Formats: sequence, structure tokens, C-alpha cells
Amino acid sequence: MYVARSPRIAARMLGEEMLVMSGHDSTLFTLNPTATILWQAADGATPLDEIVERRICTEFEVKPEDAMRDAEELAENLAKHGILLISEQPIVKPDAPVRGQR
Amino acid sequence: MSALLREMGERALRLGVPFSAQLDLTYRCNEQCVHCYLDHDDHGEMTTAEIKNLLKEMAEAGVFILTFSGGEIFLRKDFFEILECARSLTFCIKLKTNAVLIREAQAARLRDLGVQSVQISIYSHRPEVHDAITKVKGSLRRSIDAIRFLKSQGLKVIMANVLMAGNMQDYHGVRALAEELGAEYTLDPTITPMMDGDRSILDLNAGESALRELFRDEMFVGNAEEFCAPPPPPDAESLSSLPCSAGHTACYISPYGEFYPCVQFPLSCGNVRQQRFIDIWRDSEQLKEVRSIRLKDLSGCSQCAHGSTCTRCPGLAFMEGNMRGPSTADCEKSFARTGIPSVNLLAKKEKAAPPRLVQIQLVPAITGNRLSGMSAVA
Ligand code: SF4
Ligand code: SF4
Repeated sequence: MYVARSPRIAARMLGEEMLVMSGHDSTLFTLNPTATILWQAADGATPLDEIVERRICTEFEVKPEDAMRDAEELAENLAKHGILLISEQPIVKPDAPVRGQR
Repeated sequence: MSALLREMGERALRLGVPFSAQLDLTYRCNEQCVHCYLDHDDHGEMTTAEIKNLLKEMAEAGVFILTFSGGEIFLRKDFFEILECARSLTFCIKLKTNAVLIREAQAARLRDLGVQSVQISIYSHRPEVHDAITKVKGSLRRSIDAIRFLKSQGLKVIMANVLMAGNMQDYHGVRALAEELGAEYTLDPTITPMMDGDRSILDLNAGESALRELFRDEMFVGNAEEFCAPPPPPDAESLSSLPCSAGHTACYISPYGEFYPCVQFPLSCGNVRQQRFIDIWRDSEQLKEVRSIRLKDLSGCSQCAHGSTCTRCPGLAFMEGNMRGPSTADCEKSFARTGIPSVNLLAKKEKAAPPRLVQIQLVPAITGNRLSGMSAVA
């Protein structure tokens, strides 16, 4: 699975947490440190399992299978709110505005 | 405002982060509104490169909500280039515009760039009233067309209705129009003095009886009895509260790079052409002074019955001559709401009253120095 930050998102670190506003319904979220790492690493080109292995398992004491399951769940959740794009293929040019994703 | 946004604002305050900022891109305008406080000539606006650099500095400083306003923002030829830069820096972008220049193509582009909301000034649902205020024939029709284009792109549109004597009777019509167009509606009965200090446009204000009526209109204020109830006396908590977000979590930058606590608070704190945004935010002596003020420090207001509920604007107070003093526009609103005159209004009334005991003033001249101290009686 590949993940990319949605191009129409507002986001800013505020203290320890990432504040994210969904472009499609203006819902506001805060991401905890794990979700923040995932969101920041979501470049559309790095597979999710690689992000989990390199960025999450090295940072937190967690079993890789558990971390992967949580990451997939989180990615799907964020995708539901239009914050992340997910695909089985690398996501090309994730930062170009995407039409029709309302 | 959502509870989470409020919580984030409080966290920003604790962390000393400029959570929101308004950047006016130009003071030039294609409308000539009768109540406008701006000088529309271009006195050397920031260049595209300067603005992009500023946006980078603002993002680094933690600005999340960024409002582009003016003047009319669409008069800048580089407007979409600036917007693209802001989008790449992941701001929550809001726009304020008269929308006269927004057609289908611009609306689609705004949507693609993830603009969070577009606030559009509408003064009346009747062209003869709206166009008389903007002094541009056909401007209401153009703005309404723009709202339709924006709504068809799924964008959030807010119709902002500034109220003054000339359009006071139309706010129900504007609200109905907003509903019909699927826009949100907000009204503001405050006219701001000109930036050069000229207060003559305040004559356009709606006046006390119109305000009184507005504050009893349950469509706008909810429970009128509650809204207009006499205020509770200020307690220790309200006496130590902050006046507003200006300079605490919010700031304003003019098209010339001047840094102020708020668009309605023209106390210059520095210029982003000479200093980094974050350095002004952290180190400006003026901002430190603004941040130090609490209700208990205010002359008049700290003794006023309205202290705990008043919407006192420190910027308007500053324009009246003292940022630690009352704002007469807010005293008038507090009075229209509750019927209780503020400390400031009472003092003004006292001052304006014809001198009493005038005959006693004359006495010293007649009787020598016996009553010489009485000249202060009047
Ligand atoms: S009503 Fe006037 S004097 Fe009273 S608190 Fe408000 S601004 Fe100050
Ligand atoms: S009260 Fe006045 S100075 Fe404070 S944020 Fe509102 S307009 Fe600005």
C-alpha cells in the first residue's frame, strides 16, 4: 500500500501534535506523534510497510506486525476524511491539485 | 468555532504561537465603498518574492489560519501564484473579497487550491442600495454570480453584511439571500475610522435606536432577554482576562509589510521587510505592551458594569487615543444592548453637559479671591 498526503490539506505542528484540517469538509483533527510520523512520511512513493519499518518501529517499542496493522487502520481512517490518499500503486505527483475528490 | 479549534487557540496562546494572521495583499480596490477606512493608492506593495518569503516565515513561525484580504485581492496579478505558494505551505486559507472578479474559472481554481472559505461583502439584497454603497453599478449582480460559481464548486461562502444607517433596514433581506444561495451569513454593525485617523465616516454608523432594535431581534441574537440582560459585575477571573486575540495569537500584515496586532489595531510593531516575522512576533516592544494588558488595567473599563460582557476592541480604543481606555463604539453597543450607560458614556455626558454653577465662577471677579478655587466646578 502507498500513502500520500492529500494536496488540499491544511496542516501545522502545534507543540507535540500535528493539526490537520480536511480540505473536503473542513473537519479539524489532531494527529498524535505516531500518526504525525506516518503523515509526514506519506510521499506517495514509499510503501507503507517501509514507512512503518523505518520510521515507526525505530521510534516506538512496538512489534512490526502490530505497528503495520495499526498503520493500515490509521491510513484508512485518514483517507476516509480526505487527509491521505491510499493506493496499491505509487501515487505520482501527490502535491498536484486533485480534482473530483470531494 | 469548534471546540477543538478553541482548544488549539488556547494551546497556541500557552506556546506563544501566532496561530492566525491576516495578510492584506493590496489596498487597491475596484469598489469605492462609502464606509471604507483605507487609502486605495499603492504606496509600494510587497513584491511577489517578498510575499512568498513572508509566507515561508509565517509557516515556520506556526501560523495555521491565514486570511488574504485587501483592498481587493483579485486585483493582484500574482494572486494565484501567491495562493499556490500558501497552499504548498499547508496553511488553512481564508479569503475576503468583494468577488466582483470571480467567474467560473477562478472559482474552480480556488477549489483546486483547497481554500477553506471565501468571505464576501454584501450590503443589501437590493442593487440600488448595495451598488450605492460600493459606488459600482452592477456590483451586487457580479458578487451574487460569484457566490453561485463558488457554491457550485462546493466552497464555503460567508456573506459579510456591514450595517450602517443606509442599509440597516435590509439585513433580513441579505440573510434570506444568503440562505437562498447556500452561504453563511454574518453581520457587523461597526464602522472603523480611516487609517489616517479621520473619524468622519463614523457618521455613517447605524445609530443607537437601530442597534437597540437589532439586539432585540431573536433571529440574530437568540434569546433576546438573555442577550440584553444587565451584565453580572466583573469577577476576579474576568478582571484578569485578555481583551482579545490581537497580538496574543493573531496578527495583521499590511501590503507594505507593516506588522500590527490586528487589522483594526494600527499600532505598528515592525516591518517584515526589515525584520523576520518571528523576530517581530517575539521581540516587539509594542506587542509586549499589548500582551501585558488585562481588564483590571483599563482606565474606566475596570470600573464599568459592562466589564465582564463588553466586546471592547482595544484597536478601536487605540484609535480613540488610548489602548488602555474604553472604545466608545463598544460602549454604545453595550448601552444599546442593556440600556445601562457605561462609565465612559457617563463621563462623556458629564463633560458635554453645559457648565453648572456658572454664576459662582463669576464670583471671584466680583468679590476678589475668596472663591478662586471654584473655576473647576463647571
Ligand atoms: S462599555 Fe465601554 S467603558 Fe464599559 S467596559 Fe465596554 S468599552 Fe469599557
Ligand atoms: S477586538 Fe478589535 S483588536 Fe481585538 S481582534 Fe477584534 S477587531 Fe482586532
